[in-house]
Formats: sequence, C-alpha cells, structure tokens
Amino acid sequence: MQHDAEGYWRATLGLLTKVLIIWFLVSFGAGILFAPLLNQIHLGGYPLGFWFAQQGSIYVFVALIFWYAKKMSKIDREFDVHED
Amino acid sequence: MDLQTTIYLIVGASFALYIGIAIWSRAGTTSEFYVAGSGVNPVMNGMATAADWMSAASFISMAGLISNMGYGGGLFLMGWTGGYVLLAMLLAPYLRKFGKFTVPQFIGDRFYSKSASTVAVLCLLVASLTYIIGQMTGVGVAFSRFLGVSNHVGIYVGMAIVFAYAVFGGMKGITYTQVAQYIVLILAYTIPAIFISLQLTGNPIPQLGLGSSLSGHSEPLLVKLDQVVTDLGFGKYTTALPGSTLNMFVYTMSLMIGTAGLPHVIMRFFTVPKVSDARLSAGWALVFIAILYTTAPAVAAMAKTNLIRTITPGVVMQNADPYAAESQIKYEERPDWMKRWEVTGLLKFTDKNGDGRIQYYNDATKNADVKAKIDAAGWKGNELSVNADIIVLANPEIALLPNWVIALVAAGGLAAALSTAAGLLMAISAAISHDLVKGVFAPDISEKGELLTGKIAMAISIVVAGYLGLNPPGFAAGTVALAFGIAASSLFPAIMMGIFSKKMNKEGAMAGMLAGLFITLFYVFAHKGLFFIKGTEYLGVIGGANSFFGITPEAFGAIGALVNFGVAFLVDRVTKEPPEHIQHMVESVRIPRGAKAVDGAHV
Repeated sequence: MQHDAEGYWRATLGLLTKVLIIWFLVSFGAGILFAPLLNQIHLGGYPLGFWFAQQGSIYVFVALIFWYAKKMSKIDREFDVHED
Repeated sequence: MDLQTTIYLIVGASFALYIGIAIWSRAGTTSEFYVAGSGVNPVMNGMATAADWMSAASFISMAGLISNMGYGGGLFLMGWTGGYVLLAMLLAPYLRKFGKFTVPQFIGDRFYSKSASTVAVLCLLVASLTYIIGQMTGVGVAFSRFLGVSNHVGIYVGMAIVFAYAVFGGMKGITYTQVAQYIVLILAYTIPAIFISLQLTGNPIPQLGLGSSLSGHSEPLLVKLDQVVTDLGFGKYTTALPGSTLNMFVYTMSLMIGTAGLPHVIMRFFTVPKVSDARLSAGWALVFIAILYTTAPAVAAMAKTNLIRTITPGVVMQNADPYAAESQIKYEERPDWMKRWEVTGLLKFTDKNGDGRIQYYNDATKNADVKAKIDAAGWKGNELSVNADIIVLANPEIALLPNWVIALVAAGGLAAALSTAAGLLMAISAAISHDLVKGVFAPDISEKGELLTGKIAMAISIVVAGYLGLNPPGFAAGTVALAFGIAASSLFPAIMMGIFSKKMNKEGAMAGMLAGLFITLFYVFAHKGLFFIKGTEYLGVIGGANSFFGITPEAFGAIGALVNFGVAFLVDRVTKEPPEHIQHMVESVRIPRGAKAVDGAHV
C-alpha cells in the first residue's frame, strides 16, 4: 500500500464505498425495494419491511456514522495525517 | 391549577431559560458570531444540530403525515436521517478542514469565481427564506392554540425572543440556546408517547410498543390497525405506498441529498474544533434526531388507533362492526378536545347524512366490499376532516393525559420552531454580510464593521421572516419541497464535486448548478405555478401531472441532482482544467492534518 496522499485517499474512498453500500441496502433495499418480500417475515408485531422503513434503517444509519468515524481515525493515523 | 395557567408557566419558564443563556453567551468577535469560535464540543454540537434540524415540520407535522400515509411515510423518516450519513462522509469533515465561515465561500474559493459564490448565495437565500416561513407560521399556530393570543401577537413574541438571542449571541448564543431547546422538545415529544404506548400496549418504550400487542389482546397493534383501516376504506397501514415504489425511492433520495445540502445544517459543522470532531458530531446529531424519528412512527400509528377508538369506541378493542348503527359516537357527545380543536378550524365536522353521528372513513375507496357496506349503512360521505398538523399537538388530549403534559407539548413545539428559525437566520445573515458585503461589495470592511453588518442583516431577516409569517404567501405549503429541491439539485452536487473531483472546473460547476436548478424549478413550477402564482401552472407543456415516470414535484430534487452531475462532467470535459493552486487546495482539503480555527479571510 502506498503511504502517501494518494494511498490515503484510496483508503478513504474504499471505506466510503462500503458505508454507502450498507446505507443503500438498509434503506432503499430493505425499506423500499424488498419491503414487500421482507414483510412476510415478522419481527415481534412488526412486518420486517415496514420495520426497516420506519425504524431499522435509522438505527443502522447511526451505527454507520460512528463506525465510519472510528475507521477514519484509524486510517488517519495509519497514513500519519491525523490531527494532534 | 387549570390548563391555561400551567401552559403559561411552562412556556414562560422555557423562554426565561433561552434568554438567560443568550445573556450569558454574547458574541464579541466575528468568529464567535458566525461559528461560535469553533470551540463547541461534538456532543453539544450534535444536540444543537438536532434542534436546528428538527423544525416545526418534524415536531408538529411529520407524525401526522405518517399517520395518514402509513408505510409510505417512512420516506420522511429515512430521507431526513439518511442524509446525515452523506453529510458525515461526503461533506462535513472536508468543509471543516477548508476552515471558512460559509458554504458560498467554499463554492466561490473552490471554483475560483465570484459568480459561482453569488449563485450559491442566491440558492441559499431562497432555500432558507422559504424554509423560515414555515417556522414562523408554526410559531403562530402554537401560540394561538395554546396561549389564547392571536396569531399576530404570537409571531411578534416569537420574533422578539429570536431577536434577543440570535442578534446578540450569534452562533454562540444560538448553539447554547439550541441545546436547551433540544432538551425541551425531546421531553415534550417522548413523554406523551411513553404514556400513550403504556395505555395501548402496556410497553413504556414507544419503539417497542409499536411492535407489541394491544393490551389484553394477542393480536399485534399493527395487524389490528391494518384490519381496522382497511375496513374503513383506507389503504392498508403497513404497506400503503405514496404513488409508486419508484416515486418513494426517488422521493427518499431527494430528501437525503437535500438534507445534506441545506446550508444551515452544513454550517453547524464549522463550529467544532477538529475535523475528526466534525465526523463524530454528525453521528451525535443523528443519535439525538433518531430519538424523535424512531418515536414518530409509534406516535403516528397510535394516534390513528386512538382516533378511530374515539369515533367508533368498540371497534379496536372489542371487534365491533364500524358500520353498525350504534357504533359511531354522537356529535353532541364528542370529547372536549374535539371541541377545542374545532375552534381553530383544523378539525371539522359536517353531518352529511343527518344522523347526528360522526362517520369517519375514506369515501374515495375503490374496494367494492367496503363500498357495499357504506351504501348499506346509508353513509353519505366522510364527515370528519382532521388536519395532519394536530395529531402531535392534540395527542396528549386525545389520550386524556394530565395538563402539564399538554403544556410541555406546547413548549416543545415552540422550541422546535424557534431553534430552526434561529439556525436559518444565522445562515441568511452570514450569506449576506460575509459572502455578499465582505466578499463582493466591500472587501476591506473591518471586523467590527462586518460584525455590525451581520447583526443588521439578521435583524432585517427577522422582520422579513415575521412579515412572511403574518402574511403567508399562498404557496407556503409548497415551499419546503422547493427548499429541499434547491439544496439537492444545486448545492449538494456542487460541494461534493468540489471535494471529490480535483479536475472539476468553474465552467462545469456553474453549468451543473444552473442546469440542476433550472430543471427542478421547471418541474416544480409546472405543477405549482410560476413562482407559485396561482393560475400559471403549465402542466400541458410537460404532458400532465407527474409526467416524468410518475414522480411528484416534491420528489424531483434527486433528478435535478443527476442532471447537475451530468451537465457538470460534460462541460468540464470540453473546458480547461482548474489552475494548479486550486488542485492543491483540493488535495489539502482531503487531509485532516493542519486544520486550523475557522476564519473569514477570503482567498
């Protein structure tokens, strides 16, 4: 791996892509496109597709940002571009 | 203590708190005024961002909309939260590294063009001003219903309060007041929800209550609600779509990128000390937003259930037939809260079949079974219209909760509207004093002069916002769609390309912004009239309503953004590269090290 600005940017974009895929899958995937299919499964009294659209995707979004922030700090240090 | 006194007491105490904070946190420098001196802790900043973001629309209207739309209402929930993921990853940390006061300044510097910055200022002003009208009318509604004063007096009081802490405190005063306002509004939202969830399901946590069974029944609440609403001719609650799956998809996307592109939200991330704090702060903001946004679907479904229980008492809990002659309550025996809301005109009853009872159902249903039942019962049309806005405000009254809860909801609604109004005013005043006056007209203005200009710009904006709140233009309802449409189609793509494409030049960015803006306005105006003037709709030109694959004008921002990206890349290819120093600037923006305190110097 290149330990320069280019390598850092590539690592950043790699993490970004991962986050965006999950972001898309939980909201547009599970909450909208596959919601009718997932509704056949139940989570307590919730049909699963409905749950993703009105609850689940929001929880995943929160977790995603903190995960991203943590990973980014690690990448910052690895490439020695972190703040003091 | 009677209800009115309790409301005065609780709302008065919350106002005293905001003013106290304002006096304690006066701003002395431009940096304190615009970005609170970049010294705000990320958790506090997250809380302030949440209050800034959650407007009268989130607090008052959203649950009501979901209540009417059912599953499809999820587009607001996903759209208005998913945008924070984009903001945290694509914009906030890089703009914080860039280290300037405003969004137009980034666009102006990155695309080395005063015209680009001026276009951005224009987009910002239109988006923020349209957005603020909604807040001011929200303040008026809350005041007139709860404090028994006229709409006008309500708006004057609201203006005075915002004036006190926004003009003197600047971003510093606004930030700390917003923290207090967040606490007031979140308590006001969750406490009634907890009570109602307990009453209906025995589970005190609304998020779990919505997935539980009704008290004393084995059937889940949502299954029962689905059955009851379909019986009355409404769409099935857990699957009802807004138009089509495609429309829901595009609408959600538009709200997400619109959220990420709204300048008053982006600006909040300039107030934290470090780049890594900007990332974390977006996470904290979403935590605090999620508390309300995951409660809202429970409030929505439970309010619908309670409304049907009120009008047809035996239907939900005892499986009574809603069409039986004795099932619906008599108008004369309606509960007190209905009488109180009838006065405001937001709840209306007309006895169409003259039987003295209230029939509440969907009279436009296409379900043949339901139609047969309606005819057999001799119903002549839906007799009760309930404005979506009263669902949250009337919720504690519908559930017969104690007076202090009702008073708290009043204070919460006002906190939501005032905090958002203050954030918007900040964005407007910074754009005028910093980007227009200092950036274009008087570059050598002193810091003191700029601070004064900022305060004057804010004072004038408050007066304009108040005037628009008092005389809401007929288009008020359509304007929020416009704010998101503009942010999504012009600002978001421009900022994103400024960071993620080193080679994007000023010609590309300008062409993209204008094309995105134009196509979005063209589609919105076709439906709502040229500049929202009634009678100037030109649906014929675009081939009828929602002619673009059934997409509604509110959902069009994402298409505008696509056009923006497309045009920008095409134009960029045929024009010359940005100068060397700009490419270096992009490289330095991408790296956290070397972030300094935010300042206002123009490059």
